Amino acid sequence: MFESLGLLSLGAGGWGGALLAGAGVTMALALACVPLGLPLGLLVALCSKSPNATVRAMAALFSICFRGLPELLTLLIVYYGIQIALQKFQAYWGGSAEFSINAFVAAVIAFSLVLAAFSSEVWLGALKTVARGQYEGAQALGLSRRQTFFKVVLPQVMRVALPGLSNNWLSLLKDTALVSTISLVDLMRQTSLAVNATKEPMLFYLAACCLYLLLSSISGFCIAQLEKHYGQGRERAS
Amino acid sequence: MKHVKQTLYAVTITLGLLSVAHAQPLRFATEGAYPPFNYVDSNNQLRGFDVDMAHALCARLSVECAIVAQDWEGIIPGLLAKKYDAIIASMAITEERQQTVSFTQPYNRTRMVLAVPRGSDIQDPAPATLAGKTVGAQSSSTQGIYNQDVYGANGARVKLYVGQDEANSDLLNGRLDAVVNDSAPMQEWLKSTDPQCCRVLAIPGTQSDAGIAVRKADEALRARLNQAIADLIADGTYRQLKLAHGLEDD
Amino acid sequence: MTAGERFAEWFGLELFQRYGAQLLDGLLLTLQLVALSSSVGMVLGVLLALGRTSRWRSLQYGCRAYVYFFRGSPLLAQLFLIYYGLGSFHGFWRDLGLWGWFGDPWFCALLAFTLNTAAYQAEIFRGGLLSVPRAHYEAATALGLNRTTTFFKVTMPQVLIVTVGPLGNELILIIKASAIVSLVTLLDLMGVAKLAFSRTFDFQVYVWVALVYLLVVECVRRGVNRLDRRLTQHLRPTDE
Repeated sequence: MFESLGLLSLGAGGWGGALLAGAGVTMALALACVPLGLPLGLLVALCSKSPNATVRAMAALFSICFRGLPELLTLLIVYYGIQIALQKFQAYWGGSAEFSINAFVAAVIAFSLVLAAFSSEVWLGALKTVARGQYEGAQALGLSRRQTFFKVVLPQVMRVALPGLSNNWLSLLKDTALVSTISLVDLMRQTSLAVNATKEPMLFYLAACCLYLLLSSISGFCIAQLEKHYGQGRERAS
Repeated sequence: MKHVKQTLYAVTITLGLLSVAHAQPLRFATEGAYPPFNYVDSNNQLRGFDVDMAHALCARLSVECAIVAQDWEGIIPGLLAKKYDAIIASMAITEERQQTVSFTQPYNRTRMVLAVPRGSDIQDPAPATLAGKTVGAQSSSTQGIYNQDVYGANGARVKLYVGQDEANSDLLNGRLDAVVNDSAPMQEWLKSTDPQCCRVLAIPGTQSDAGIAVRKADEALRARLNQAIADLIADGTYRQLKLAHGLEDD
Repeated sequence: MTAGERFAEWFGLELFQRYGAQLLDGLLLTLQLVALSSSVGMVLGVLLALGRTSRWRSLQYGCRAYVYFFRGSPLLAQLFLIYYGLGSFHGFWRDLGLWGWFGDPWFCALLAFTLNTAAYQAEIFRGGLLSVPRAHYEAATALGLNRTTTFFKVTMPQVLIVTVGPLGNELILIIKASAIVSLVTLLDLMGVAKLAFSRTFDFQVYVWVALVYLLVVECVRRGVNRLDRRLTQHLRPTDE
């Protein structure tokens, strides 16, 4: 049994290097979704508080759609659907330039949409905690709406939203395992390749689980640092 | 906001120019999990008979070659969505497939086989023998279709897998009573695993030709590829490639 | 094409003729899997939550490790671990006469989902257990109630109030996660959709299946909301 542990080695003949490369792709994919997903989620949360009924309805529809669909289905729909849509769009415009989105981009789009939908709930909850007095004070000081949002509201919201958002991040990290089905060589896919080559499924799938746990731990550490940053200047009640 | 718009315009124009200015390579797709026709070696490079054919065809057509790996279930949808221009993956020419794509003339021949564990009591691949047994195959493949339409219709339990390797694994651990596969890949797999583990039964009447798939609208490409294939056969390169991969010439 | 044929093509009615029955079977399989795994997972989850708050150190650590592992790794990896990983020990299972279980993809999927949801439900129930004030336990002892009665009559009703919402969410997550069993040859709703797509290359299949999932999830969400409202009826002012 211990000879099979050698299969995990980082050298030639061992799959350790390949698995780590896969983990790198997983991390890169998840990180790429954050700058798209979180702001979009904030936007959706703001839209759902809008006085305009249509805007509210659209935000609700977005949320219901992407929180209700299985991530695998969202991924496949985006993967095949965007390409078809791009094609039709190009045909309409008569362009001959062939844009093609690869699996990585399709996955980033799909998972960003899902992250946006789930994080919008967290943002909404956090926005509720900002006292009305803050808005009134900002208005009294003559701050524009933009300044109010970015300088007064957002820092307070970030502190409250961070725990919920960190849960969203951990879910995202695990959801990226699904891209193995659209032949993106992430950690999961690399593991399956290793299993097919070496016929040691127990070893490699356990190793994959441990690597995901490691990625989660590293994330947890980084998020703790972020919490410290955003919690500056506030005493903990307990 | 103004800067954002400007940047977007600049990026779009640049991308557009880049894609037009760059000489269009011929983009092929293959699966990469089907030795000896197409597989991925230990350096993550695509290799195999299909890959070499693609390079030879590109050389014949004097264009650059780009070959990507694509999972089997998505290989035709990818072609239809213009991710690439042709599929060279020893794909069998079937009427069902011809409803969505066009094929060049055949460049390869495949034959289906039924693999059973050595101690199995299955002696022949007739559908009646497989009634009540669990038979596996790769989904979206002709073997998968054969599994559903022939064995499934006659009372076998059909199991479809994402890849051929997964189906073979389940044959080894006893979840499947039989696996439908193509002849050459099956032999390759047996060589790499344990030649004594299984018996291989040829399924009569399942000889089929494999061609290169292109979009229905790409008649010009199809004609060029046909010409190139004919040239390769005529000057002996085709034969050389086949022998290099241990395939019989026919 | 006549207007009727155009209508049929647009709505994919031909698809329904070919695959309608299979899609229905797939949906039933999905619902069965979800119902079984969530209910068994609930029992296991409650046990784990009790274990985590128990006095015995080793039990506490064991439950914590279990929850950490199953919440920290992807369900897909766990599913493959059980299906392919445990499946590779088929000789061992055959000797024990258990190969009928571990060889069956349905059982493997059920096992993976149950173990996974138990970990999440354990955390939910732990939060619920923590919400019951210690004073209630002391009062129960003072009233002479034994431990079982305390558990079922005092603790659980309060725990349920807190946990109904998160449990409803978890149920929805299981319904969505069930789509991955199509990767281990189970023909659930997603599996049939992939099968239909692989034969027809018609994108509509995915759209229709998406609508079905949304419908199911929305129904569950409303049901849970209603249940939540009923359970917390006594906590709201009567002149609502």
